[in-house]
Amino acid sequence: MADLRNNFVGIKSPNPFWLASAPPTDKAYNVERAFKAGWGGVVWKTLGLDPHIVNVNGPRYGAIWGADRRLLGLNNIELITDRPLDINLREIKEVKRKWPDRALVTSLMVPCEEPCWQEILKQVEDTGSDGVELNFGCPHGMSERGMGAAVGQVPEYIEMVARWAKSHTRMPVIVKLTPNITDVRYPARAARQGGADAVSLINTISSIISVDLDSFSPEPSIDGKGSHGGYCGPAVKPIALNMVAEIARDAETAGLPISGIGGVTTWRDAAEFLALGAGNVQVCTAAMTYGFKIVEDMIEGLSNWMDQAGHADLDSVIGRAVPNVTDWQYLNLNYVAKARIDQDSCIKCGRCHIACEDTSHQAITNMVDGARHFEVIDAECVGCNLCVSVCPVENCITMEQVPAGETDTRTGETVSPDYGNWTMHPNNPMAAAE
Amino acid sequence: MAKPQTIDGIAAQRLPADQYAENFADAHPPLDGHEALVEADRCYFCYDAPCVTACPTSIDIPKFIRQISTGNLNGSAKTIFDQNILGGMCARVCPTETLCEQACVREAAEGKPVKIGLLQRHATDGAMRDNRQFYERAAPTGKKIAVVGGGPAGLACAHRLAMYGHDVVVLESQPKAGGLNEYGIAAYKTTDDFAQAEIDYVTAIGGIEIRHQQALGATVTLDGLCEDYDAVFLGIGLGGVNRLGLAGEDAPGIADATRYIAALRQADDLASLPVGRRVLVIGGGMTAIDIAAQTKLLGAEEVTIAYRRGREDMNASALEQQQAANKGVVIRHWVQPKTIKTDADGVSAVTLEYTENRDGRLVSTGDEITLQVDQLFRAIGQQLDDNLGDDEALASLTMEKGRIRINGTGQTSLSGVWAGGDCATGGDDLTVTAVAEGRDAAEAMHTALA
Ligand SMILES: Cc1cc2nc3c(=O)[nH]c(=O)nc-3n(C[C@H](O)[C@H](O)[C@H](O)COP(=O)(O)OP(=O)(O)OC[C@H]3O[C@@H](n4cnc5c(N)ncnc54)[C@H](O)[C@@H]3O)c2cc1C
Ligand SMILES: Cc1cc2nc3c(=O)[nH]c(=O)nc-3n(C[C@H](O)[C@H](O)[C@H](O)COP(=O)(O)O)c2cc1C
Ligand code: SF4
Repeated sequence: MADLRNNFVGIKSPNPFWLASAPPTDKAYNVERAFKAGWGGVVWKTLGLDPHIVNVNGPRYGAIWGADRRLLGLNNIELITDRPLDINLREIKEVKRKWPDRALVTSLMVPCEEPCWQEILKQVEDTGSDGVELNFGCPHGMSERGMGAAVGQVPEYIEMVARWAKSHTRMPVIVKLTPNITDVRYPARAARQGGADAVSLINTISSIISVDLDSFSPEPSIDGKGSHGGYCGPAVKPIALNMVAEIARDAETAGLPISGIGGVTTWRDAAEFLALGAGNVQVCTAAMTYGFKIVEDMIEGLSNWMDQAGHADLDSVIGRAVPNVTDWQYLNLNYVAKARIDQDSCIKCGRCHIACEDTSHQAITNMVDGARHFEVIDAECVGCNLCVSVCPVENCITMEQVPAGETDTRTGETVSPDYGNWTMHPNNPMAAAE
Repeated sequence: MAKPQTIDGIAAQRLPADQYAENFADAHPPLDGHEALVEADRCYFCYDAPCVTACPTSIDIPKFIRQISTGNLNGSAKTIFDQNILGGMCARVCPTETLCEQACVREAAEGKPVKIGLLQRHATDGAMRDNRQFYERAAPTGKKIAVVGGGPAGLACAHRLAMYGHDVVVLESQPKAGGLNEYGIAAYKTTDDFAQAEIDYVTAIGGIEIRHQQALGATVTLDGLCEDYDAVFLGIGLGGVNRLGLAGEDAPGIADATRYIAALRQADDLASLPVGRRVLVIGGGMTAIDIAAQTKLLGAEEVTIAYRRGREDMNASALEQQQAANKGVVIRHWVQPKTIKTDADGVSAVTLEYTENRDGRLVSTGDEITLQVDQLFRAIGQQLDDNLGDDEALASLTMEKGRIRINGTGQTSLSGVWAGGDCATGGDDLTVTAVAEGRDAAEAMHTALA
């Protein structure tokens, strides 16, 4: 059995699955249910100063669905906790005492003034929390008040607040980053600069989920009006993965622990975050969609995969894909692949043909000798993988490497055994200049 | 007292009163909105889709399914009606398992084709419920066209002609139009008087006058029609029924399946239909399956189909045979009726002889079996009515295998006269082919009249 125990900046949990700071972690009641269900840790719903904020009294969520109403993306206009600070602090203290083996991190968002942070950090420390997460990520409601994403979008503020936090508590400090920026490395560098122990990302992405075409109000609609919300769930995973990888491979933040968040729905998603450098993962939408029980298969699935693949513990997985993330100009241009259609599994839907014919390289037949037949024309195939992406049958179309020494019938050139990238390519003016 | 089902002879009310509605309920209930979305999502939107090729009316199936999935239900219905104005009926009665759904790539992939028929019903039902009309008539052409027969072929032809601005008169021998949609199709395939609702929907375009109880050969002649109208379309179906050619065939208790089904389709109270305790059906097509299944559902205790060839030779699809068997119908292959025994009440027994295929010829093996029979139905095929008159025009129509010969566009051998559907050569005795032929003939007539 693989060892799933997690040690994230000194915070220990029996597994790497934490609930992200959100409704599932807003009260002792929910958090205890989560711990009973097997979650390794939680980041408590973000606390703020009293008087506590209020939420809208109408719909907070909007969603996009697949055909069977599988929830693909969720959007919300909820704010931080709308309960008094002392109630939250008391519950945090009680829950931590009852569940000493689980990670309990408290998320915070207070105005950008040092005394505010100093004060609340002292109070959180009294609860026995394992750490704090600074919420610089919330894209709506709080940012308009100069908090959340408004701080997270200015690296100088991140650095400043992280520094205050570090100087006023001995607890580990995690900085939660917003994806609503152009280059996530800058806020991550700022967090490290300020002394943060780790970053967590992503928070939600600014979004309008849909427009009601009868009332012309954005959804969720409050009395005929809508405002932008934060997008999360399966749809945001690719964006989150990239941001995690960007930080993991950035020289200036190398080694900075990362808690991966965004669309984690299955053990497989979690494994991908770990491979790209996340030390653990946090989950919100998947739990809000299916309830806490999903953690069972997250744990079992990850464990079974690690056993099968021969990974003894999380450290054998974490960061394993990071060296393979590179920039486009370093990709090997001498790697040549062609699509291959397995005629036995082809069901003749013709989607590969029409995709290639209409929108790409005219490299797939639809008719051979008068019969419906789909076959790759090597002399046209650029190996783009579009056909694989649109084929409804798994493994029916595969991309196969053309071995070195053979001729690429498209270019007429012999495939070189050597590595050659854009920086060395004759068409690259920069390369030529060298 | 004997249970009503076990009373010998022919009797009505064999079942508890509330059983009939259940037995004759919609065989393939409609999808609800969510089911339709899920099913629509299964369609791969194939390139040059094989389902379209397999549809006799060439409905753009991937397009209409995609329109369901995008919430464009009216667009979806229009895509269907563009090719097949009786798309609602076809969605109910087409043997999709041998047409579009057999060709669906998901049939090859996993044996579970996209439920094209039910999706088509979903789209067309929606538009018909809202009475959404998609077509406007072109400017009047001043041409008058007679359509003889208001079945699927005639209705499809009439609608397309009306759309082009021609004035159409449909001459229909029966009190109701619809042809076999109204008088023939199994009751559980088309419930709630759908055939008449569809006629109202189709004729709402305007320019189509249906004249009832006007029969070619009785009240009108082809000569007369050719004189009074700019063009004529014959869509009269097959009014005659093939006989067994056995002694005793006219005894009480022996009937044409199609006549009985017509009575069943028109009955206000199904319980009032007299049905035999032991029913024997001779035939192997859709009609044989339908009379067998429906008499079983009316409470016959034993229903047997006797077919003279093998399972694969039957015109009824494997699925339809299976469905009849599921209702309790016994299908005997390789037997044909030899003698009919009658008593004072009518038919009492039928002796069947076993057959085999010897060098391509069907011959008797010499073995026999005798079944006790209270009611016997002929379902061995229909033929053209032979009372269509004997005027010159009619006599000059070239016939082929008992049907009116037409070319690819529905043109008969007589100039100005087109034909389509069951009465003409070329079809395969399906509602959908009748629709295709009626529509195509209208196109050809419109071109010819231009
Ligand atoms: C019992 C039975 C079940 C069937 N089930 C199915 C099924 O499930 N699915 C399927 O696809 N197909 C089925 N079919 C076949 C299908 O019903 C026919 O192929 C289709 O109805 C043919 O259409 P049509 O317009 O050519 O003829 P018809 O439907 O027969 O219509 C002919 C019309 O012409 C009228 N008419 C006849 N003679 C004259 C005249 N002299 N003057 C004026 N009007 C006249 C008739 O009253 C009728 O209205 C079934 C057939 C039968 C008999
Ligand atoms: C309704 C809702 C409320 C949230 N509230 C907070 C919050 O108070 N503090 C915070 O740091 N993140 C908050 N988040 C963001 C989540 O913690 C998480 O970063 C984001 O949803 C992405 O993860 P997911 O795709 O697993 O949902 C909230 C998300 C949702 C859906
Ligand atoms: S063959 Fe099946 S999957 Fe392909 S377009 Fe037709 S219904 Fe859709």
